[in-house]
Amino acid sequence: MATPQVLAAPGAVVTPRAFDVARVRAEFPALHQQVNGHPLAYLDSAASSQKPKVVVDAEHDFALSDYANVHRGVHTLSQRATKAYDEARAVVRGFINAAQNEEVIFTAGTTAGINLVAQSYARPLLKQGDEIVVTEMEHHSNIVPWQLVATATGAKVRFAPLDDQGDIDLAALKALIGPQTRIVAVAHVSNVLGTVNPLREIAELAHTAGAVLVVDGAQALPHVRADVQALGADFYVASGHKIFGPNGIGFLYGRRELLDAMPPWQGGGGMIQSVTVEGTTFAPVPARFEAGTPPITQAVGLGTAVRWMQSFDWSAVEAHEGELLRYARQRIVEVPGVRIIGSAREQVSVLSFVLEGIHPHDVGTVLDLHGVAVRASHHCAQPLMRRYKIPGTVRASFAIYNTRDEVDALVAGLTEARKVFG
Amino acid sequence: MSDASELYQSVILDHNRAPRNYHAMDQFDRTAEGYNPLCGDQFTVWLKLEGDTISDVSFQGSGCAISKASASLMTMMVKGKTVAEAEHYFDGFRDMVTGKVENAEALPRRLAVFAGVREFPSRVKCATLGWHALKTALDKEQ
Repeated sequence: MATPQVLAAPGAVVTPRAFDVARVRAEFPALHQQVNGHPLAYLDSAASSQKPKVVVDAEHDFALSDYANVHRGVHTLSQRATKAYDEARAVVRGFINAAQNEEVIFTAGTTAGINLVAQSYARPLLKQGDEIVVTEMEHHSNIVPWQLVATATGAKVRFAPLDDQGDIDLAALKALIGPQTRIVAVAHVSNVLGTVNPLREIAELAHTAGAVLVVDGAQALPHVRADVQALGADFYVASGHKIFGPNGIGFLYGRRELLDAMPPWQGGGGMIQSVTVEGTTFAPVPARFEAGTPPITQAVGLGTAVRWMQSFDWSAVEAHEGELLRYARQRIVEVPGVRIIGSAREQVSVLSFVLEGIHPHDVGTVLDLHGVAVRASHHCAQPLMRRYKIPGTVRASFAIYNTRDEVDALVAGLTEARKVFG
Repeated sequence: MSDASELYQSVILDHNRAPRNYHAMDQFDRTAEGYNPLCGDQFTVWLKLEGDTISDVSFQGSGCAISKASASLMTMMVKGKTVAEAEHYFDGFRDMVTGKVENAEALPRRLAVFAGVREFPSRVKCATLGWHALKTALDKEQ
């Protein structure tokens, strides 16, 4: 039974814990179960991460003793809840190094955040002939919102190509960006290829052309740190459930000057200054973009998850994940007919591959029978699958709590799949 | 505890490797496509009808072993059968793989190899994809 982890108060200076994967695993009860007679090897954190007990306990405790509606109600419980909610926002601000708390908007998740930027920033701005540049590696959530707004405004969505290794072809991207480009929308990290994109260079290309850079950070933050100011991101979105936090909440970072100029996305309570029958004036940011009662308990969970991540010397976590990726890439090619998809210059520990002659679905089922959880699909990246001319990949993703033994279990399962299918 | 051989019986592996009636059809009476956007499995089914009887049937497309083997066996089962019989098989097959009937008595015995799919809910749609395409083709007005 693990000693309950006590997180330091927000803002306190802490000595990071030395990295010990067994102690980390002890904080995740969900990892300690059998699946189909085998120990669970959860290699699907790229789809959604497991939650440490401290995050679940924080939501549980908050809900049972401090919960009330926020927005500065007059009673004590409301003040406690508002304080906890505001503290969560400040924690996120520090995590991504936003200049001010007001630049952090709580959303329902990455997808909601990108839709917010598309509808509230892009739509009023875009005219016939304007262009939005995305890449072939994007998740549908960083494609479809732009297609919707392009259809509505007469703008066009252009796709920057990749090279075979899974890096963006920067020369081609540069050629696509011009005076007609209003938005460049790019993943920080690919959810399929594990590619880490060179955001600083891309930001410069976008800004030189007078465009803004929108970054999909969903797959990055479980693995690497993002300093939104240093990266040059104008907007940066992420989800709580991918960074060991709860579902139903994420955040959108936007530069203050951009957010201030944006009209509201959703209207309702909490985002107004005054409402009359003639018309309504709107609250300043961030409230302007947080209509309705927010996900209060989930914000507490998200803040706790971020503080949990910050309690580690993250360079040690990156070293651990880097070693897992290296070991996995080395072992997996021992299985006949394995082809790795994605060997970019810089990668996080997300490994996509195909087994020649065996459909990813069938591989996934055989792996499940061995207790190994992976994802076998197009991973919400159909343009990327078409680019590689494959129906889908098997994707094993390694997070802070995964081990070398789990890589071995993956390879044993793949060897079995090869035996079954020939 | 399930193991791979319960789902991937040798008949299924055989039909996956060498699907029967696996070709497009130039002259056909009905055609329909089955597509599962969640996984990308996609098959087109073609039919020739002589009166009420399915005189020829073929399919083509891409998908996992379960979907391909299921579509292959389907074409073998419905060739030469009436539309009513084929639709009866569809109902029986769907019920079997979703666990609605205990055993596959009413169905041709060869289709019983898919009985194991009921233990793998995430694969049910794979097993029924070809059959749904067939039903769509049969239901179409000419």
